[in-house]
Amino acid sequence: MVPRSFAVTRTRQDTRDTATLWLEAVDGAPLAFQPGQFTMLHAYGVGEVPVSISGDPADGGVLQHTIRDVGSVSHALATAESGARLGVRGPFGVGWEVGTARGHDVVIVAGGIGLAPLRPAVLEICADRAAYGEITLLYGARTPAERLFTDELSRWAAERGVAVHVTVDRGDESWRGQVGLVTGLVDRAVFRPALTTVLVCGPEVMMRHTAAAFLDRGVAPSDIRVSMERNMKCGIGLCGHCQLRELFICQDGPVLGYGLVASLLTQAEL
Amino acid sequence: MRTIAEELPDHPFFAGLGSDALALVAGCAVNVHARPGEYLFREGESADSFFVIHEGRVALEMRRPTGAAVLDTAEQGEVLGWSWLVSPYRWTFDGRAVEHVRAVRFDGGCLREKCAADPELGYALLQRIVRVMSSRLHSARVRLLDLYGAS
Repeated sequence: MVPRSFAVTRTRQDTRDTATLWLEAVDGAPLAFQPGQFTMLHAYGVGEVPVSISGDPADGGVLQHTIRDVGSVSHALATAESGARLGVRGPFGVGWEVGTARGHDVVIVAGGIGLAPLRPAVLEICADRAAYGEITLLYGARTPAERLFTDELSRWAAERGVAVHVTVDRGDESWRGQVGLVTGLVDRAVFRPALTTVLVCGPEVMMRHTAAAFLDRGVAPSDIRVSMERNMKCGIGLCGHCQLRELFICQDGPVLGYGLVASLLTQAEL
Repeated sequence: MRTIAEELPDHPFFAGLGSDALALVAGCAVNVHARPGEYLFREGESADSFFVIHEGRVALEMRRPTGAAVLDTAEQGEVLGWSWLVSPYRWTFDGRAVEHVRAVRFDGGCLREKCAADPELGYALLQRIVRVMSSRLHSARVRLLDLYGAS
């Protein structure tokens, strides 16, 4: 429960309100993690928030977090400069369990900042590309300027055989890509419904509609995994802040099978 | 090179439509191409066309003092335009090719006449158009929520 001290070694402003931090443990002991897990990031004197890990699990213990500046703590984190110290607890929770999808086609669907928790899964798949079938990434962003990891999207497509499809909610005259909902991209994905794993991260409404589109295409609910966001506090299933009926999202999730949470996603104030 | 009537069954919009019906609608159609930046139609103009896109992408735009906003796109495998079906038959957006577009353009007046003369064909086409309208309405409604905006 006591945060370990990490130093910010590099920062990058990704979009107007989103930045990525590279963190290394001050005591030198690397922090191993699974794609889809999160840490509790502590800005000293301000507070602590859960943030998904966006880095490469094979990156030798360098921790990467992509943070959207939406409140006082996330503002302190997203504007931290190189050399700053932050507290880290974790990693916590159940991740994407990417390895269980070996031999399958994998469709990764991200909405907005939801691409950040999916990036480690993409990197793990790309590192073992031959073990998987068709890999498709469907990504919806608010505007062209708010897309994340744009250089990597091109690289994954060109060098790793990932079919990347991007759409935005609103375009401008310079945007030559697609405009519309990310669910509108599902028909562009090539996959075998009975041998497909779908990984989805984004706003709950988006995840619900995305799951429905894949169910319509014949993918089983248990093969659709969604990453849930709740008010994680302790990170170890004790405080109950992130409880979703019988589930503690910090411990049972954040990644859960859609079959387990489908009926919970439409219940108000659960 | 295949004729329009031969090519139409491969387009998802016409899936399930019989050969007689396809031959009827093909009589209203011509092949068209548009270069990137070229407009297929402009807001306020008479809407006398319905496009079936075989290749490329078209942006549906609305002009503003600060520049055009792209509200939607239609591309390969999709169709564009239902204003030909609804009085007063006027385009409500601009349609601009953002990539080279190869499409089939149907004459709206011709289609309306054939639908009026053959209600079975009219119903089959209307079902398909309504499915497109429903999908675009759903897309617009969900995007109104601005899900990726500040929470």
